Formats: sequence, C-alpha cells, structure tokens
Amino acid sequence: MENSFVVSTLTAAIRSGTPLLFAVLGDILTERTGVMNLGIEGLMLVGAIGGFFTSYLTGNLLLAVIVAMVAGALLASVHAFFTITLKINQIVSGLAITFLGTGISGIWGANYVGIVAEKFDPVKIPLLGDIPYIGKIMFNQDLLVYISYLLVPILFIYIYRTKSGMILRAVGESPRAADSRGISVTKTRYIYTIAGGALTAVGGAYLSLAYNSMWIEDMTAGKGWIAVALVLFATWDPAKAMLGAYLFGGITALGLRLQAIGTHISSDFLKMLPYILTVIVLLFTSTEKLKRKVGAPEALGIPYSREDRE
Amino acid sequence: MKKILGLVFLVIMVSLIFAEPLKVAFVYIGPAGDAGWTFEHDRGRLYLEEALGDDVETQFIENVPESSEAAGVIQGYARKGFDLIFTTSFGYMDPTLEVAKKYPDTIFMHCSGYKTNENMGTYFGRMYQPRYLSGLIAGEMTEDNLIGYVAAFPIPEVIRGINAFALGVKAVNPDAKIKVVWTNTWFDPTIEKEAAISLLDLGADVIAQHQDSPAAQQAAQDYGAYCIGYDSDMNAFAPEAYLGAPIWDFGPYYTKIAESVQNGTWTNEPFWGGLDTGIVKLVISDLVPEDVKEMVLEKQEEIIDGELEPFAGPIYDNEGNLKYAEGELPTDEELLAMDWFVDNVEGNL
Repeated sequence: MENSFVVSTLTAAIRSGTPLLFAVLGDILTERTGVMNLGIEGLMLVGAIGGFFTSYLTGNLLLAVIVAMVAGALLASVHAFFTITLKINQIVSGLAITFLGTGISGIWGANYVGIVAEKFDPVKIPLLGDIPYIGKIMFNQDLLVYISYLLVPILFIYIYRTKSGMILRAVGESPRAADSRGISVTKTRYIYTIAGGALTAVGGAYLSLAYNSMWIEDMTAGKGWIAVALVLFATWDPAKAMLGAYLFGGITALGLRLQAIGTHISSDFLKMLPYILTVIVLLFTSTEKLKRKVGAPEALGIPYSREDRE
Repeated sequence: MKKILGLVFLVIMVSLIFAEPLKVAFVYIGPAGDAGWTFEHDRGRLYLEEALGDDVETQFIENVPESSEAAGVIQGYARKGFDLIFTTSFGYMDPTLEVAKKYPDTIFMHCSGYKTNENMGTYFGRMYQPRYLSGLIAGEMTEDNLIGYVAAFPIPEVIRGINAFALGVKAVNPDAKIKVVWTNTWFDPTIEKEAAISLLDLGADVIAQHQDSPAAQQAAQDYGAYCIGYDSDMNAFAPEAYLGAPIWDFGPYYTKIAESVQNGTWTNEPFWGGLDTGIVKLVISDLVPEDVKEMVLEKQEEIIDGELEPFAGPIYDNEGNLKYAEGELPTDEELLAMDWFVDNVEGNL
C-alpha cells in the first residue's frame, strides 16, 4: 500500500510535470538570449491544437508533434518580430502572444471538440522498466516523456559546454560585447525565440496527444503561467527546470492522493501548495541583486539596438 | 377597460410594424468549446437561434471571470440595448443583480443562484434527479464496490449531486462506497485526470465526476474502468468506458424564456426544473446491460411521475446521524444548502 502510494504519486509527478518541462525548456532557450517571453500559455495552446488536429487527420503522431512545433515556431516568430525588430516592450508582446495563441487555438479547434485521435501510450523500456520502483516510475511512460529525459542533458550541455551555447548566453548577458565580437544579436535572438517557441508548443501538444487524447478550448488552464514562474525557479537552468517541473507536478498529485486515501488535510491548502512555492521563488528572484546572483541573463527584457549608446 | 384594450392593441400594432429581433446575450464562465457546462449553454443558444429564426439575435462572451469584471461585461450588454441577458455561472449572481437594478427595462436571467429582482429571474435544474439515476447504474456496474467521484468544489450544488448519486448507488448496492476527491477547479483537464487516477490507483472501478471537462473519463478508459460523465453527452471521449451521464438541455427553456419576453408574459418566478421539464436528462450508453437500463428508465418514470424522491428518508449522514426519518423529505431550501455527505460517501468537507 505504502509503496503503491509512493509509486503512484511519483509516476504522476513525472506525467503531469512533463508538459511544464517542455514549456520551461523552450522558454529557457528564448530567455537565455535576453528575450523575455510571457506568451507560454498561447504557445502551448497552438501546440495542443496543432498536434491534435494533425493526429486526428493523419493518425501520425510524430507528424503531429512536428506540426505542433511549426505552429509554436510561427507564433513565436511574431513575438520575435515585435520584440527584436520592432523593439516593442517584451512583456506587452508576450501577453499579446498569449491572447493571440488562445484566440487562434479556439478558432482552429472549434470543429475538433468532442472527438478523440491517436495518442502516445505508455511504453515500457526493456530492462530499465523492470528495475523495482524506479522502472515503474520512470520507464513506463510515453515516448514524449523519454524525449524530455534526453532533452534536459542535451540542452544543458548545449547551453553550458558548446560554442553555440556560449554565443547564446553571450547575447543574453551582454549583447553589445557579443556584437563587437561579430555575433549577430538579432539573428541569434530570432533563432532561439523561434526554436524556444517550437519546444514550448510541444508542452501543449503533450496535453492533447499523450496526457489526454482530445482538444478542449483553453485546455492548458493556466499551465503556461506556472511555467513562467518555473523559469525563474529554475534560474534558467535546464536541470533545475526538470526538478521544478516534477516538483510542481508532484505536489498536485500528492494533494489529490492524500485526499483519496482519506487524510483530513484541507483540499484548499493542498491546492495552494504549488502557488506558495511560486511566491517563495518569486520572492527570492525579485530584486535585481538576487536576480544577478541566481543567474538571470543580464540583458533579459532589454531590446538591443546598435545605435543606442549608454 | 376599453382604454387598456386600445392601448394593448396599439402596442401590438406598433411592435408588429417595428418588429425588431429580440436581442439576447449570454455571459459564459468558460469557453464554448469546453465540451461541458459552457458548451451546453452555447448549444442552448444555438437551439434558440434555430427555433426563433429572424425573431432573435444572439451574442455571447466567453471566459468572463466571476469578479467585478463580470458586472462590467453584463452592463456592457445592457447599455448596448440587449433585451434579455443570460448569466450562466453562480458567481455572476451579485454582479447581475447590481446591473439589473440600473437597467429596469432589460430582463436578466441568472443561472444557479437564488437572488432575484423585478427584472431578474433565476433558473437551474434538479440535476440531482438524473444523478441519482446515474448512481443506480454505477451501483450495478461496480465489481469491487469502490466508486471514485472527481468533484470541483465542496459547495451545496456539488455535494447534493454526490449525495444523490450515492443514494442511487446504495439503492441497488448497499456495500459499495463512494470516495470523493476535490480538485478545487471547475475546469482543468490535467488536474481532473490526475484526480481520477488517484482514485483508480486505489482500486476504484467506476469514476463519476462533477467537472466541466471529460478528462476523468479518459483516465477511466486508460485503466479499463467505467465512467459516468456530466454536463454534456461525452461518449466520444471514452467510448470503451462511458456508461452515460446526467446532462443539461437548456435549448427549449431558453426558447421559452425568449418567447415570454417577446410577448410580455415573462415573470421572475424562480425556476428549478427536474426531469419532467427536460432541462436535465440522463444519457445511458450501450455498455449498460439491457436489464439495468430498463430498471433505470423505470425509476426515471417514477421520478417524473413524482412517485420516487431521491432524498426521501431514512437518510443518515456519514457520521451516523439520522438526517431524515422514514417518510421525511428535505425542503428545497435544505437541498440548496446541503453541506453533509450521506453514509456511503468518504471524503473531506
């Protein structure tokens, strides 16, 4: 009983943390170049409908993920154009992306409510899946979860250990210095804003292709905003993003399970837990000094133009 | 008398000549594509348009929070000259009343509340009746005698539904228990599904719900269990698990109200309609064996004829207290304020 409780909770932590993880990883890529993107909710929604639409029409799940990524990339390129080329306030543009994505997905999905399509089912990985406890928790998940496992170290190494990663960070920390070294700030920011948007959209597609097999308007139900907080929590670090995403998923899962087994903890309190965590994180990352300490990209939120001299 | 008749005649003539379509607005809590609560209201709106054709013109707004923002939205419609405004969530009650007092010539209809005004009515359905019937199905279909119930908020509307369901279960299967998990949200497919899984992991083999999305049903299907939906006929979402659902059908009622506003017979008489009015219904899927289906339909007839009352005593709460003795019935006020569980329900309140 105890074991199955723990296994059930941790399995759920990974399952419900995965959409957040994709979204946060995508946003980390974008924000590392200094482009703040609050449009995660909108990007996830276009990913969710793009993926579901394709899965329903073609039955091809990999194609569905690709279409979700293209949808996310297209929407993110709007953000890139607004913030990088037109130098519009990044927060305002991010909010606009959320509204735009919500609207587009609602219209696109209007005829796809109430149907089911192909979905990613859990697949046990041979050998690894037989490890006691860990096998059941980690290696009886679906393909997208396994991809996210791989993505975390790949992005970690990419960001911190490769030349491209160094350029990416340089543009986010000190665009002027990067520029003087002959790096195109504009091009770099465009690439990672669009790539980040594509990855974030997979988080949405996870909801409509793996978590459930359906499209419902606004099915992210605020997950994009939790992801925004998680980016801070993770201090723009892919490994911590994984920790944060599973922690959030796990707390929700734990709250529901404690109720189910009949403990008398107020359900309101349990529902509150993830948000308390968010507030604490925001507290620790709110001031400029702390931000620098935790590793926020120095130029985050600041449009770059060559002509401006300080 | 002649004068009045003359006046009435004049009004009718004028209204015939200048017959403008009745302008009807709907304020929704969720998106029309939620496949649940708002979806059903919007189907009601489309039914109304279909039924009255050119005599009616409708507009709607989605995702209106139950805050001060709601009053602004409702007032916006009133100012734009809408004749009839439906506000379709409990939390719109006070904002609706506030605006109704400012616009006496507009008719306001608020769903699921209890406050009214000269120009503001309230309407809802006795959902507990079809819920009781769905409990009969669940009680017959469970093999492990553990039924999970994924529920939104511990408020009377939801508690009443759980109790009616549990009484239905008990009527056919006194050994079965109902376990409740609160999600504290009307609509969040992820949490709804997780809540269902937390119950399925404990061994529940039927999942019922008071949520606005069909996510819990897909969880039941993944686990090879059965499920009972809510709000809307959700068969397509989990065809291998779906036993049926207590559902809403607002269309005919919305049409009736719009007509009554058009011909001036509208009153603010509160409406709480049961199975007999058709505003609430029960859907039974083909997974339910024929004999169970027949039994449930029989009970449905008994409820419609007034012979069967789901909350008829004796009823005990889950702490062992007798709430209603043999032959006793709760009043509507008591039903609307219900804050305790019947004896075969386990959950926090």
